[in-house]
Amino acid sequence: MNVLTDLIQWLTAPEQWSGPDGIPARTVQHLWYSLLAAAIAIVIALPIGIGVGHARRGGLLAINLTNLGRAIPSLGIIILVFTLVGYGVVPIEVALVAIAVPPIVTNSFIGMRSVDPEVREAAQGMGMTGWQLLGRVELPIAMPLVMAGIRTSTVQVVATATLAAYVGLGGLGRYLFDGLPQRDLSQVLGGAVLVAVLSLLTELVLGRVQALVVSKGLAQQSAEAAVGAKVQKAA
Amino acid sequence: MRRIRLGSAVMAACLALALAACGGDDALDSGSQQNQQSSITIGSTNFSEQLILAQMYAAVLEKAGVDVQTRLNLGAREVVFPALEKGDIDLLPEYTGAALSFLDPEATAVEPQEVLTALRSKLEPKSLVALDPTPAEDKDAFAVTKETAEKYNLQKISDLEPVAGQLVIGGPPELKTRPAGLPGLKKLYGIEFKEFKALDAGGPLTVSALKKGDIDVARVFTTQGVIAEEGWVVLQEDKLLEPAQNLIPIGRKDAVTDQISQALNALAPKVTSEELTKLNAQVDIEKKDPETVARDWLTQQGLI
Repeated sequence: MNVLTDLIQWLTAPEQWSGPDGIPARTVQHLWYSLLAAAIAIVIALPIGIGVGHARRGGLLAINLTNLGRAIPSLGIIILVFTLVGYGVVPIEVALVAIAVPPIVTNSFIGMRSVDPEVREAAQGMGMTGWQLLGRVELPIAMPLVMAGIRTSTVQVVATATLAAYVGLGGLGRYLFDGLPQRDLSQVLGGAVLVAVLSLLTELVLGRVQALVVSKGLAQQSAEAAVGAKVQKAA
Repeated sequence: MRRIRLGSAVMAACLALALAACGGDDALDSGSQQNQQSSITIGSTNFSEQLILAQMYAAVLEKAGVDVQTRLNLGAREVVFPALEKGDIDLLPEYTGAALSFLDPEATAVEPQEVLTALRSKLEPKSLVALDPTPAEDKDAFAVTKETAEKYNLQKISDLEPVAGQLVIGGPPELKTRPAGLPGLKKLYGIEFKEFKALDAGGPLTVSALKKGDIDVARVFTTQGVIAEEGWVVLQEDKLLEPAQNLIPIGRKDAVTDQISQALNALAPKVTSEELTKLNAQVDIEKKDPETVARDWLTQQGLI
C-alpha cells in the first residue's frame, strides 16, 4: 500500500513535471530515441520485406538473417557499440534498430506472400507492370500485416529505449537507472509505469494510423491481422 | 516463461548438489585433523576484486577444515546484503565505508577506525559481525588522463576547481546525488563540472569514455588495474570526502565460528592495496580466472 501512495506522490509532485530532469523533457527524449530508431528500421526493413515478398524468393534467408538482431541481447549491443564509437545516440540507436527490423521484415514478407496468386495473375493479365502490381495490388492487400509489423516493432522500441540511460543518455530510463542505486523505489516504479504507459499509447496511436492507411475494403481482414500481430508478438 | 524458470531451478538445484558434493569431499579430507566441523556459504558481488577476495576466503577456510560453499557473482550490495541478513549466504567481502553508508545513509565517519566502530555498532543489532579489516583500501577516486593532467596541471582534487567548468565528469548515476559524489565536491572543494555523464561504476563504459575523451574526469576505484596500464593520474584527496574503505569480511554471528574468524583474521594483514591492485590487474587485464589468481597468491604467501 505504502509503495502505491509513494508512487502516486512521486508521479504527482510538481517538481517532476518541469525542468531538464522532469517527466515532459524525459518523455520527449524517450520518444526522440524511439521514433528515430523506428524510422531507420522502417527504411531498412520495408524494402527488404516487400522486395523478397514481391520476388517470392529469399524470404527465409532474409527473415533468418534479420532475426539475428533479436537474438543478440540489446544491452550487449549497446556496450559493444559504446566501446567502439563512444558516447552519443549511436549505441542505443544500433540496438533499437536491431530489434525493430526483424518484425517489420517478417510481417511485410508474410503480408506480400499472402496475396492470392490469382489476384496477381489477374493484375498481370490486365497489363500491369511489376511496379504497378506492387503499388496498386500487392501493397494495399499486404498493408494490414505491414502495419502490424511496424506497430510491434515500435512498441518494443519504446519499451527498450529505457536502456539509453545505461550509457548516460536521457529518456524515461533515467528514472530507473538513477533510482536503483539510490534505492529510491518510487522513482524506479514511476519510471517503469511511465515507460509502460508510453508503450501502450504508442500502440493506440499506431492502431489509429493503421485504420487510416489500410484500404476500407480490407477492414475486415485488418481485424484478423490484429490477431496476427498478437501472434507475432507472442513469438 | 514457466518452462524457463523450471529449467533454471533444476539447474540451480544441480549446481547446489554439485557444490555440496565438492564441499563434502573436502570436509572428509580435513575432517580427520579437525574435531570441530564448521560449514559456511560465502557470497560476493559481481566484480573481479570481490570474486578474488571471496575465493581467498574460500581457500583459506577450506585449509582450516571448514566445509565451504560459494555463491558468487550475486549482483550489487542491494542484492547481497539482504541475502546475508536472510541467511542465504553467511559471509562476504565488504568495504567498511560503503557498508556503513548502506546501513546508515546519514553516517559521517571518514577515518578508518571511526568508520569501523560505527559499522560494528550498526551490524550488532542485525546479528552480523565484522572481522579484522585488511589494510587494503579500495576507495572511490577521480582519475584523469596524463594529457589532461599535464594540460591543466592537475595533481590534487582541489586543482580541478579553476578548470572544472570546462570539464565533463563521468561515473555511476548515483554520483550525482551521493554526499561523497558531486554534492560533496561542490561543498568541500567548490568544484562544479560543465557536465555529468551517468555511466557505470568504474566499468567498461567509464573506462572507454575516458580513453576516448568523451569524459575528462572519471570516477574510478583506486585498486583498478587499468589505471596503471593506461597511465592515468589519480587526483590526490586533499580534503577528506570519502570514508575509509578497508576490505573486511562481514558474516552472520551464528555462522562465524572461532575457527572461521581465526583463519580470516590471519589472512587480513597480508591483503594490502598494492597486492590487491596487482591481483585485480591479473583478472581484469590478463583475463585470468579469479579462483586461480586467489589460490596462486595464497600459495606464494604460504597461507595455503
